[in-house]
Amino acid sequence: MTGRPRLAVRQGCGRKVLPRFSEITVSEDTPLLEMRGIAKAFPGVQALSDVSFTLYAGEIHALVGENGAGKSTLMNILTGAVPKDAGTILLRGRPVEITDPRRAIELGIAIIHQELTLIPHLTVAQNIYLGREPRGRLPGTVDWAALNRQAEELLARLGLDLRPTTPVAELSIAQRQMVEVARALSLHADIIAMDEPTSALSEREVETLFGFIRQLRREGVGLIYISHRIAEVFALADRVTVLRDGCHVGTAPVQAVDEAQIIHWMVGRTLGELYPKTSQPQPEVVLKVEGLRRKTDLQDVSFELHRGEILGLAGLVGAGRTHVVRALFGVDPVERGTIWLEGRRVRITSPQEAIRLGIGLVPEDRKAQALFLGMAVRQNITITRLRDLSRLGWIDRRRQDERARQYVEELRIRTPSLAQRLRHLSGGNQQKVVIARWLTLNPKVLLLDEPTRGVDVGAKVEIYALMSALAARGVGILMISSELPELLGVCDRILVMRGGRLVGEFDRAEAIQDAIMTLATGGTRS
Amino acid sequence: MTGDGRSRLRRWLRPAPGTEGRRRFIPVLILLGLSAGIALLNPTFLTPANVITVVLQASILSIVAIGQTYVILTAGIDLSVGSLVALGGALAAGLAVKAGLGTYPAILLTLLVGVGLGAISGLLVVKGNIPPFVVTLAMMAIGRGLTLVYTQGRPIAGLGADFIFWGTGEVLGIPMPVWIMAVVAVLATLLLTQTRFGLYVRAIGGGGEETVRLAGVRPGIIKLSVYMLSGFMATLGGILLAARLWSAQPNAGIGLELDAIAAVVLGGASLFGGIGGIGGTLLGALLIGVLSNGMNLLEIPSYYQQVVKGMVFVLAVLLDFATRRRPMP
Repeated sequence: MTGRPRLAVRQGCGRKVLPRFSEITVSEDTPLLEMRGIAKAFPGVQALSDVSFTLYAGEIHALVGENGAGKSTLMNILTGAVPKDAGTILLRGRPVEITDPRRAIELGIAIIHQELTLIPHLTVAQNIYLGREPRGRLPGTVDWAALNRQAEELLARLGLDLRPTTPVAELSIAQRQMVEVARALSLHADIIAMDEPTSALSEREVETLFGFIRQLRREGVGLIYISHRIAEVFALADRVTVLRDGCHVGTAPVQAVDEAQIIHWMVGRTLGELYPKTSQPQPEVVLKVEGLRRKTDLQDVSFELHRGEILGLAGLVGAGRTHVVRALFGVDPVERGTIWLEGRRVRITSPQEAIRLGIGLVPEDRKAQALFLGMAVRQNITITRLRDLSRLGWIDRRRQDERARQYVEELRIRTPSLAQRLRHLSGGNQQKVVIARWLTLNPKVLLLDEPTRGVDVGAKVEIYALMSALAARGVGILMISSELPELLGVCDRILVMRGGRLVGEFDRAEAIQDAIMTLATGGTRS
Repeated sequence: MTGDGRSRLRRWLRPAPGTEGRRRFIPVLILLGLSAGIALLNPTFLTPANVITVVLQASILSIVAIGQTYVILTAGIDLSVGSLVALGGALAAGLAVKAGLGTYPAILLTLLVGVGLGAISGLLVVKGNIPPFVVTLAMMAIGRGLTLVYTQGRPIAGLGADFIFWGTGEVLGIPMPVWIMAVVAVLATLLLTQTRFGLYVRAIGGGGEETVRLAGVRPGIIKLSVYMLSGFMATLGGILLAARLWSAQPNAGIGLELDAIAAVVLGGASLFGGIGGIGGTLLGALLIGVLSNGMNLLEIPSYYQQVVKGMVFVLAVLLDFATRRRPMP
């Protein structure tokens, strides 16, 4: 089965389609890395099924797919962080078992995780060489001088202006990202996987990083580049592999595909089908905020939200987007600024107050902040309405079920019964339960913080459709998302935040992904 | 205006999340202020004899708190130290006197038992995945119970001169427990700052456990070791306490876990783990020693002293929470 690698192109899982790119020649060498038939199930979800992946020395191989497509799981298997259920991994043609992270490091496999894994109170040098400290003279001791010298040399070679003895806590996010890169390079790995390394970097820093990556390719390192920014894939990669819902959808040289093709592979449908948008904003303003301030989190934030409008809030993680919705919901009340709801000036100092005014929040982390995972669907939906559904403190079970059933049907929440515990529902259905809870209150304004995170594509489309239906009913929706295509597809307008400020606004018609990215990362609008 | 003043104070105390900054000066300032206050109210406080008494009293607490420091650095907690102090004293005294093993074999065996009980706690934390608070709460009850069973609730007296020397003897005018504390402190500092083990202990706390694991180090062994170390230190403290009092008391060390944890936190360690050091813990233990001694000198009834200590502990934790955000994961 070794020899010339085939270009497998599949639709969905299983059904093979004839290779379309047979004219592209691929190196005859043994691949540096070959993963065959990898499968992995987590409780309740098949994260990967029969996924294959090859990587050659001196190649940058992009791995793309939506959240939950299985990219990270595949990389976690490669680096020994999670065990695989089935499949084989070959390094330079020889089968290997990667049982734990230490084994992966020994085999020359390094990963830069999406969530930065640096330890804030340790220094740059301690973080880079964690687990591989140079030994001191006495057994068990560390030669700190040698450690700092090594780190200094490494940082200098990479052109990084960082002191090895600085605690990581004092670095910016971008600098931390660079320390992560330095750590991966210090492993002298032949295979380096990078999981969304640019998600927190400015344009200039991205260029520096790309410079490193290209230099590594020249040195013969095999690089796996995980991203959902398609432009980066075309700028950097030699080949691209697309995963969707745990399946391998296709692999192709980047010259042989275009953006539309990759998106189609990623989401399994065309853009029109993905974003069913039917609502139109109305002229009346439902929510108006002016000069919101809160410590350094929010700096002079002003905007208007119309009835029936879906307003997007774009920006990097930490740009202050979540602070806006938390302030509007009264979780972290603002220190200065004015809020008008339907023309009336209001003060929102607590979530109770916000709910009374008709504002709902679907928070970022639904499991920790919105759901009672051990409780039934009926309770999760009606919990904010119990006062109306009970008499003298006793809950009227019949009316509660009536109400819950109404929303289960309206939102098409897939659950075997109203008694089903939330833990056993899929991410998409859990999210619909959260939304249903707010619908019981007939909100005027709905704040959605990353509403489709960890939700599969089918459920995403349903959530978009639901948002559109709510907007058509006159609800004003403020939506935060880190996935720009989603914002572009769903929103009427998009506001861009950086460092606690609003730095730009785009209409649906004029919004372009690159322009938003530029603003969000610190560039100016051209 | 007060808001501004407070935030300025906070910024001064917290230059960057996760770093120490000037916060480390707080225990020194409190110690100096407290000492000055007590000295003004009662001049006996500063007499050489009293100063030596304070340091002597603080030395056993310091030893126990040094073990606790390691546990807290991994974001754990060891509530069993007070009971292990009692067990350490009783077992060493019993083995030496009643079983006739002789002082040194008895001490050695007792320290091994301390390490063993610590290992059981550690294993339950690491393998059983039980929160340290729960495990060591159980061990606290078990340790106290074993002590009462072994002593039948009565003190064990009649210790030999070579045993008592370790609690009451002096070299160069300085009591033995203070010497031992000094040696333990130096070794513990070296272990924490110069070895890989110490680095990993600091790395695990504050949310670094997964990072450590992904760096190819097994965090379980590190966590297990800190409970063993804490068990060792607690029984060592118990042996010294018995030697100092000429007898082992089954009720020794009641409430000592609170003092030990308070010493660590007052010394600038974070209950979230990752931040803290031996020097700070020694300062914290000295602070508690000064407080106890001061309250005795000022003739505050011992029942009230408990209340004060509890409040000091809460204030120390409040300081930890207020001046430090949870370290970033």
